[in-house]
Amino acid sequence: MAGKPKLHYLNARGRMESIRWLLAAAGVEFEEKFIETSKDLEKLRNDGSLMFQQVPMVEIDGMKLAQSRAILSYIAAKYNLYGKDIKERALIDMYIEGVADLNEMIMLLPGCPHDQKDAKITQIKEKTTNRYFTAFEKVSVKSHGQDYLVGNTLSRADIQLVELLYYVEELDPSLLANFPLLKALKTRISNVPTVKRFLQPGSQRKPPLGEKAIEEARKVWKF
Amino acid sequence: MAGKPKLHYFNMRGRMESIRWLLAAAGVEFEEKFIDTPDDLEKSKKDGCLMFQQVPMVEIDGMNLVQSRAILNYIAAKYNLYGKDIKERALIDMYIEGVADLNEMIMLLPGCPRDQKDAKITQIKEKTTNRYFPAFEKVLKSHGQDYLVGNTLSRADIQLVELLYSVEELDPSLLANFPLLKALKTRISNLPTVKKFLQPGSQRKPPLDEKAIEEARKVWKF
Repeated sequence: MAGKPKLHYLNARGRMESIRWLLAAAGVEFEEKFIETSKDLEKLRNDGSLMFQQVPMVEIDGMKLAQSRAILSYIAAKYNLYGKDIKERALIDMYIEGVADLNEMIMLLPGCPHDQKDAKITQIKEKTTNRYFTAFEKVSVKSHGQDYLVGNTLSRADIQLVELLYYVEELDPSLLANFPLLKALKTRISNVPTVKRFLQPGSQRKPPLGEKAIEEARKVWKF
Repeated sequence: MAGKPKLHYFNMRGRMESIRWLLAAAGVEFEEKFIDTPDDLEKSKKDGCLMFQQVPMVEIDGMNLVQSRAILNYIAAKYNLYGKDIKERALIDMYIEGVADLNEMIMLLPGCPRDQKDAKITQIKEKTTNRYFPAFEKVLKSHGQDYLVGNTLSRADIQLVELLYSVEELDPSLLANFPLLKALKTRISNLPTVKKFLQPGSQRKPPLDEKAIEEARKVWKF
């Protein structure tokens, strides 16, 4: 009987957070082994556990899976959060890759040089409202009042989009103002029992990176 | 009866080339509509067929699919190049994401500021020989089979071999110490569909040379 999935990463959101959200939403309990020093990372590398010497890595069902997209796709397929056929999967993939593009910009903000930060934030806000939110609101309009983005069933697309909506809200709550269907999706998904639990204090959800945490990360990762 | 897939992109490799390789390897004929000017791109945006106002976009089976990974995943699944179950797919995904990471570095080289280019090339070569090639050589060595996953041709083999050709263009010596990768490259290149695609006159695109970059800078103002 397989044990719980084991997540290897820093004690931070980074590229592991979407995996935490998806496992949590699927109701799957998981363990975490945090990389706190460069020695921890060296050890994992020397053990041969990291295919490309990188994390995230998740031990799951006898595999040591690296690459966040590989991990997310496996979890989504295993727990039936990936649509019912290849056409639904294509739509889901299109949506989550858009989510990933915007999420990447937000994720990389802390690493942005100070003098470029304001311009970057302005660019992110502009893309959020003009490109991404407009696109997803339009999908919601098209699905004629269905509760989910694809196939009238909860999928990873709903979970990953709502995760992004929380990050955008942290950046600037006003950005969601003109997107009523997205707001409704956020509320609906947040009330799914597994997601509700994950959103509460004390869960394995990670907070945004504060200045202190960035400094710590710089030491481990040497940037 | 559905028509051929129709690829919307610039007349260059960029983020569409892996899709061309995969369709070609799967033996699927496809059409291409090239975006030659900013006006062409504006028109496509206004037509509402680009979900995020970006290309690549592929018209296939009644969908206007954007996001290269969504397109690649669909094609791979449709033509049985994505493994036989979710565990094989997980391995394939892990491998092709590693391929994509290295490919991204190589793809972005032409846009790199001139004073940073040499350092970037050195970094790419180092990662190729110390990280990516050893990882894939190790996979092939571990099972001794002809294909990366499940003893069957998959997108992992096609996308890795595509990368090997790109690396060879950068520096042919990089492949020297990886005999199993070299053998994979030969084997996959000899598949009839791939062989055809590798010949002159196919829809495979050439690397970007200085002249093409200059032209692009003028048209697209960057």
